[in-house]
Amino acid sequence: MTNGCIAVVGASLAGGRAALSLRERGFDGEIHLIGSERHPPYERPPLSKGVLSKMLPVEEAYLVDEADWERSEIALHLSTTVSSIDANTQSLELSAGGRLRVDGVVLCTGARPHQLKLPGTDLGGVATLRVIDDAEAIGQRLLRGGPVVIIGGGFIGMEVAATANMMGCSVTVLEAGDVPLSQAIGAEVAWWITEKLRERGVSFLTRTSATKIEGTHGNVTHVITTSGGKLPASAVVIGVGVSPNTDLAIACGAKVDNGIVVNEFCETSVPSVYAAGDVASSPDVILGRRTRLEHWQNAQNQGIAAAGSVLGHRVPFREVPWFWSDQADLNIQVAGHPRGSDETVFRGDPESDEFTVFFLTGGVMTGAIAINDRRTLRSSIRLIGARSRVEAALLGDTNVALPKLARKV
Amino acid sequence: MSTPEWVKVCAVAGFEEEEASVVPVEPPIAVFNVGGKFYATDDTCTHEKSSLADGYIDCEIVECAFHFAKFDIRNGAVLSPPASRPLRTYPTKVEDGYVWVDVTRGATDD
Repeated sequence: MTNGCIAVVGASLAGGRAALSLRERGFDGEIHLIGSERHPPYERPPLSKGVLSKMLPVEEAYLVDEADWERSEIALHLSTTVSSIDANTQSLELSAGGRLRVDGVVLCTGARPHQLKLPGTDLGGVATLRVIDDAEAIGQRLLRGGPVVIIGGGFIGMEVAATANMMGCSVTVLEAGDVPLSQAIGAEVAWWITEKLRERGVSFLTRTSATKIEGTHGNVTHVITTSGGKLPASAVVIGVGVSPNTDLAIACGAKVDNGIVVNEFCETSVPSVYAAGDVASSPDVILGRRTRLEHWQNAQNQGIAAAGSVLGHRVPFREVPWFWSDQADLNIQVAGHPRGSDETVFRGDPESDEFTVFFLTGGVMTGAIAINDRRTLRSSIRLIGARSRVEAALLGDTNVALPKLARKV
Repeated sequence: MSTPEWVKVCAVAGFEEEEASVVPVEPPIAVFNVGGKFYATDDTCTHEKSSLADGYIDCEIVECAFHFAKFDIRNGAVLSPPASRPLRTYPTKVEDGYVWVDVTRGATDD
């Protein structure tokens, strides 16, 4: 297809990349990119760091310069949602009024933060962090100083904790499990990271969650914990996961199962409707089943892959997942799936704050975590993708060049 | 155009192919060996602040170690997102067995 009309729903990283990629691949028809926010497509990673601390102007997070959308002749519909998609007539209806007749739709509707069902979550200063406007509002609070309570020791919670701490706020993280981050990356490295943040001044209460948030004059003052504690708080950030925005997909008849079900070509169960990014539940090369990823890499590259599929350039999207997290001065990069392995191999000394941990299952690398060690990730991804056996002793030997090992597989 | 300011990077001998050397000027410059030819670009990825010399070099392509943006070492062009702005390039020369780079901002200055 080189002509016609394609709508990308969700002016996000996935949606923005999909739209740009359609044009770069030579599509000459109309491209409509529709987003509910007032901002053009942007990258979310800075929201918990530079945008939160006000060190980075929000425009720096934008995917491309605003003028590039016009230059690429992509019609950007901001502050606009799609009220319905009719798969039979291949048309979609915009909240602002108007109907688009389309030849293809890419759904990049993303995810929304889970809300806690607790008294007091509606108080001023209690927030979740997903969009630029959230980051700006929370950042404004943090500039006035703490104390800050973070509910949920996931990646968002830990990054916000590190940033707030760097801004001079006193910070307490409530984690329902034994150790923050362990659900995503396993307990061993999670412990190490938690200790590093503790050394930098962040407090942690584990096996603890909130039962109630209290306030006066509409503003938060305290968080009551499950262990009966009463923590003073001038800001509370809740980071307890997200749910995929699947309403539109369900309404147009697409199969949904914790996300919009897609195959490796980003095709949903409805013809001409594709999905990519946080909302898509896609086949995973390592796990051998469908999974939904909430990573920057997946959003960017699956968006690009979906654009290819729409135009008939059918290349299976089968990337090894990876992501990073910056927490204070720690750069944490994760590839594959570190959990559930039967062997861990350290490369470098954790005491040095620069090392990589490889996770092997039956002698095959299934995951890797690099701490302040950016050079190992590329090779790790290659080794994980190869799914062949690697010798643990070689991986752990810093005298053995990792790229050389990776090129052999 | 300002007068060239040639800075000695390193000896040609021992500068292996698909390797890079960083010239610690501000902003830093990366010098690459692509099949025996030497090219110099900004060392800092135009997406975020990561050193390209730390990246993955495959013939004339350098891939940022941080988010895998790709650039053509020879002309600084962006080959793959997330970067959208090209790298500045700098003239190089080989003299007396050393690689040199002209660190003045040349024609590609922005």
